[in-house]
Amino acid sequence: MSYVPGQPVTAVVQKIEIRKLRQGERLILGFSIGGGIDQDPLQNPHSEDKSDKGIYVTRISPGGPADVAGLMVGDKIMQVNGWDMTMIKHFHALQKLTKPNEEVVRLLVTRKSLETAVKGAMGLH
Amino acid sequence: MDNESQYSGYSHKSSHSRSSRKHRDRRDRHRSKSRDGSSRGDKSVTIHTPGEPLLDESTREERDDNWGETTTVVTGTSEHSISNEDLTRVTKDLEETTPLECKRFLGPALAGLLSFFALLTPLAFLILPQVLWRDRLDPCGTPCEGLYVSLAFKLLVLLISSWALFLRPPRATLPRFFVFRCLLMVLVFLFVASYWLFYGVRVLEPKERDYRGIVEYAASLVDALLFIQYLALVLLEIRHLQPAFCIKVVRSSDGASKFYNVGHLSIQRAAVWVLDRYYSDFPIYNPASHNLPKSILNKKMTGFKVYSIDENSTNNSTGQSRAMIAAAARRRDNSHNEFYYEEAEVERRIRKRKARLVVAVEEAFTHIRRLQEDEASSSPKHPREVMDPREAAQAIFAPMARALQKYLRTTRQQGFHSMESILTHLQFCITHNMTPKAFLERYLASGPTLQYQQQSDRGRQWTLVSEEPVTAALRQGLVFALRRLDFSLVVTVTPLPFLRLGEEFIDPKSHKFVMRLQSETSV
Repeated sequence: MSYVPGQPVTAVVQKIEIRKLRQGERLILGFSIGGGIDQDPLQNPHSEDKSDKGIYVTRISPGGPADVAGLMVGDKIMQVNGWDMTMIKHFHALQKLTKPNEEVVRLLVTRKSLETAVKGAMGLH
Repeated sequence: MDNESQYSGYSHKSSHSRSSRKHRDRRDRHRSKSRDGSSRGDKSVTIHTPGEPLLDESTREERDDNWGETTTVVTGTSEHSISNEDLTRVTKDLEETTPLECKRFLGPALAGLLSFFALLTPLAFLILPQVLWRDRLDPCGTPCEGLYVSLAFKLLVLLISSWALFLRPPRATLPRFFVFRCLLMVLVFLFVASYWLFYGVRVLEPKERDYRGIVEYAASLVDALLFIQYLALVLLEIRHLQPAFCIKVVRSSDGASKFYNVGHLSIQRAAVWVLDRYYSDFPIYNPASHNLPKSILNKKMTGFKVYSIDENSTNNSTGQSRAMIAAAARRRDNSHNEFYYEEAEVERRIRKRKARLVVAVEEAFTHIRRLQEDEASSSPKHPREVMDPREAAQAIFAPMARALQKYLRTTRQQGFHSMESILTHLQFCITHNMTPKAFLERYLASGPTLQYQQQSDRGRQWTLVSEEPVTAALRQGLVFALRRLDFSLVVTVTPLPFLRLGEEFIDPKSHKFVMRLQSETSV
């Protein structure tokens, strides 16, 4: 998952579809994100490479839509509905997630366990 | 100095010949590219209202130029003929002389007389019995002497405070009575009259013998006068000090505006107050600096001609004019473009001339330095001539004259500064060891009106234009104007807002901070 400048980023991703929950006037997803190219990457507890400025999931509210869909704490979000999240400001990532008229967001997320699982599967072959 | 740089110092006799000579020069000379507002190119006749003499807010040269170009009759060019401008100036002078002289001092003279009379009254009360029926008076020992002393001191205090507060030359004549002052004068008059009445009836007639009572009576009058003076102090001087209104003063000719905070005043007093501030705050009114150059304005004025084709169409003039306006609005005009480039060009030219001026003045100032004390006494190896400030100013004026003249022309200030005034200013700067920048400060920025005025005792004539009676107090939404011949100051009054001040206590130990570099937002 480390980013080598000039090389394309490759990762094993999992597609997660979250159906937003209407709470009063707002549509909520039930998790918190951190990170972004305007934030300090050293503070990120979930990233392997401390220079990774991607968007990470930092907290999941139990029983919420994200929890139900299978999102886990520490996941790095690669795409939201097709919008790239690897090189984005924190605020813009928020905007892409909380568009007011969307009921469903489809995320592509990656995590360490996915990598090891795939490597393990490949290694067996 | 070259021909172009003619400074406008004026004498009545030769003004006409100089202007005609100047016009001959201008016509002979090739017309320069620099546009100077109203003078070049257009042959339309402009009507100038009779203006005021030079040192009073208008440019002479503008009017001179126009006058020469647009009249077809050239009057005789002898030195003793009076030109049009001289006539208007003479009538202007006549207007400003005698009426103001007498009326200005009438009110204060009356007030002075009354107060003098009031001050003498206690003394008269004391002296008259002594003079008239001294032998029959009861002797009055120490209490009377105590009263004498207190009376004397109170009179002294009255005298000194009257001198300090009221004995000032009046600075304005108001169109209507100054209400408070009249009130106070009436009050004083009533007091003194009633005391005299009482005195006449009860003391003089029966030749009262109790002298101590008379002295106490006089002391009570002095006390009453002191209290009236206290009332005068509060009404005339103190009441209007606490700000209650914000007034906006806008000059109608060029939009220069200022805001002032003022207290409770009547309209006429507020007008005087505003005019005090006007003379030292507002930059001088320059009639030469108009908004749009004439070429652009003229283009806007040529409109469409309207032909009516129907025979039985009524002459609907409003319909026609509306049609013309609509057509003019639809027509694509580029005058804003011209205006923008013209402005940019003028700015550039001003900056260029200013640079040349600054360099010239700096160089000129290096030619001169102050003579040190020890140099004067010792025998000089190279004998230099020692000059006084006037000669020194004249000596270094020549190299910078041309640059200064060109700069003043470009910024259209040449009407405000005559050569004499420039030399005087230069002499002043040299005497006080000023740097070239300090010398130039007067010419680079246009200063307040007072800087260009001469002390004239005759005063300035302003007209107060108002829809309400001018002794009414200021209140919200009031508008009045102070008019001069060619511009006016429009004054708008708004009350200052009522302030509700709250309190919040912050514990100094509560200032604590954390680093926040990773923001986590919940979605």
